[in-house]
Amino acid sequence: MSVISARDVEKRYGQTWALRAVSFELERGGCLLVTGPNGSGKTTLLRLVAGLATPTRGRLEIDSDRSQLGYLAHEPLVYRDLTGLENLDLYGRLYRVSERRERIGMLLERFGLWEARGQRVSTYSRGMTQRLALCRALLHEPRLLVLDEPYAALDEDGAALLDRELEDLARDRTLVVSTHDVERVVSLETARLALA
Amino acid sequence: MSLNRNVAAIAVGAAGLMALALAMVFFVAPEDADQGISQKIFYFHVPIALTAYACFGTGAWKGLRLLWTGAERYDLESYTAIHQGTIFGALTLLTGSIWAKASWGVWWAWSSNQLVLFLVLFLFYCAYFMLRFSVEPGTRRARVSAVYALFGVALIPISFLAIRLANDFIHPTVFTRHGAQMTGTMLAAFWVSWAALLLLAFVMYRVELIGKHIDANLRDLRDILTAR
Amino acid sequence: MSAYAADVAALARKDLRLELRAKDTLPAMLLFVLATLVVFHFALPPDAGDDAAYGLLWVALVFTALLGLGRAWVPEREGAALDGLVLAPCDRSAIWLGKALATLAFLVAAEVVALPAFALFFAPLRGTALLGVVLVDIGICTVGSLVSAMAASSRTRELILPLLFLPLAIPLIVGGVGSSISPDGGKYLLFLALYDGVFSILSWASFEYVVTE
Repeated sequence: MSVISARDVEKRYGQTWALRAVSFELERGGCLLVTGPNGSGKTTLLRLVAGLATPTRGRLEIDSDRSQLGYLAHEPLVYRDLTGLENLDLYGRLYRVSERRERIGMLLERFGLWEARGQRVSTYSRGMTQRLALCRALLHEPRLLVLDEPYAALDEDGAALLDRELEDLARDRTLVVSTHDVERVVSLETARLALA
Repeated sequence: MSLNRNVAAIAVGAAGLMALALAMVFFVAPEDADQGISQKIFYFHVPIALTAYACFGTGAWKGLRLLWTGAERYDLESYTAIHQGTIFGALTLLTGSIWAKASWGVWWAWSSNQLVLFLVLFLFYCAYFMLRFSVEPGTRRARVSAVYALFGVALIPISFLAIRLANDFIHPTVFTRHGAQMTGTMLAAFWVSWAALLLLAFVMYRVELIGKHIDANLRDLRDILTAR
Repeated sequence: MSAYAADVAALARKDLRLELRAKDTLPAMLLFVLATLVVFHFALPPDAGDDAAYGLLWVALVFTALLGLGRAWVPEREGAALDGLVLAPCDRSAIWLGKALATLAFLVAAEVVALPAFALFFAPLRGTALLGVVLVDIGICTVGSLVSAMAASSRTRELILPLLFLPLAIPLIVGGVGSSISPDGGKYLLFLALYDGVFSILSWASFEYVVTE
C-alpha cells in the first residue's frame, strides 16, 4: 500500500529547475533514502513530500494529512527567543498532542534536553537545536517522517541518539530520509532514490 | 498560428472602431455649450477609466482562477491584465488632468472623485509591480500577486466611498461636471468610443500575452536543448 | 473552546510572550508615536486649527503601526518557524488571526500612551473618535498582518511594506479623520466597520495562499 506515489514530479522556480522529473513509490513502513550531490533537488523533493510546496508538473500523491506528518528541515523550525519547553508546548497544542506535558517531558529527556528546557533556544548549541527540532518532528507521533539531512547538525552523541531513534521508528513508520551519510541509514533502507 | 490571425483581425476591428469613434466625437457629436471643444476629451477620459476598471477586474478574476486551480497560465494572464489596467489608469490620470485644465483651469482637482480614486489605485498597482519584481519567480510570487490583485478590486469601491466621504470635510468647493445629460448622438459617440477602447485594451492584452508565451516557449526550448 | 480558537489563542500568546521577552517593538512604537506627535507640533503652522491636528493623529497611528508591522513576522523568519506553523494541522488562517490579534494588542498598548499625549498636546478626543481608533486599529492589524506576510516573501521586505500598505490604509485615514471632526461621525464609523468587514474576510480567506507555495 503506497504512502507516497510520485510520477514525473518536477518543481520549477521561475527559470530554475529545482527538481527534474522524479518517479517513485513508497509503501507503508518503508524507508526511502534520497541521495545526490548538493543542488540536485533533495531538499526540494522533501519539501514537496512534506506539503510545503506543490509540484510544477507531475503527480504526487501522499496518503497522509498534516497531523500525521513529521518534518525535519535544515532550519530547526523553532522560535529562537522561546525556551525549548515553550516551543514544544506551542507545537503540542497545534498538533493536539494528547497528554502533551508528559510527551514533551519524555522527548526532552530522551534527547538530553531536559536540563536546558527552560533556556531560550538562542542559547542552545547547534547540536542541541537540531535535537530540539527532532523533538518537534516526533512530538505528535507521526506516521510519515520526512527528514532532510538529519545528521548534518548533530554531534556524536546526538548522532548516536538519532541512530537508535531511527531504528525504532523504521519498524512501524514510513520514512523519507535524505542524507550524505549513507552508511548510517543504509541498514534501514527499503528503497533508494538517487538524484543527479 | 490561428491565435495570431484572430488577434490581427480584432486589431483591425479595433482600429476601425477607433477611427469611427474619433469621427463621431469630433464631427458628429454636438459641441458642449459651456466647455467647447475641450469637453470632447470626456469621450475618451471616462471610457479609458472604465476600461482600466475592466482590466483590473480581469486581473483579479484571473488571480482568483490561479488560486483556485493552480494553473500557471493564470499568473501570466493576471499580470498582463493588471499591466494593461495600469497603462489605462495612467492615461486616465493624464486625460483627467488635461480635462481639468481645460474645464477649470487647474491641472489637478482633488474634488474630482474619479481622479483621486485613480491616483490611489495607481499607487496601489505600482506597488503590485514593485512586489512582483522583488519576489523570486515561482508559485509564491504567483500566489502573492493574485492575492494582492484581489485586494485591489476590493479597494476600488471602498476607496471610492472613502473619497466621497472625505469630500465632506476636505474641500468645500465642488466643481460640477457636465456629462450627466447626454443627447442621443453624444451617447452614441460615448458608447462607440468605449467599445473601441475596450477592444484596444483586449488587443494589447492579447499581444502582450502572446509575447510572454513566446518568451516562455523559447525558455522551454532552451531548456530541452541544454537538458542533461 | 473550539480547536480554531485554541490555535489562535496559542499563537497570539506566543507573540505576546516573545514581545514581553524581547521588549523591542513596543517601546520603539511608543517612542516613535510620541516623537511623531512632537514633530507634528513643529510641522503645523501656529494658527492651524484642531482639525489639522486630528488629521495628523491618524497619520501618526498608521505610521506607528507600520513600524510594528514591519517586525511582525521576524520571529517566524529566524528559525524558519513559519514553515513549522504551516506544516501544523491547524487552519493557516489561524496563523494570520493570532498575529493580527497580537499586533492589535501592541498597537492598543502604544495608544494607551499616545492618545492621552495627543489630548494633552493638541486637542481632546471625543467618543466617536475613540471608537474610530478601535475600528481603525482592527483594519490596520488585519490587513497589515497579511500584507506584512506578503512583504516578508519579498527581497526588499521593509522597503516594500509601506508601499503595499499605504494605499490600503487611505480609507482608514478617511474614516478616522471623519470620526474625529465630522458632525456626522457615526457615518464614518459605519464606513470603517464596512472596511473592517470586507478586508478581514478577504485577509482571512487569502492568507493561506500567501504562506504556501
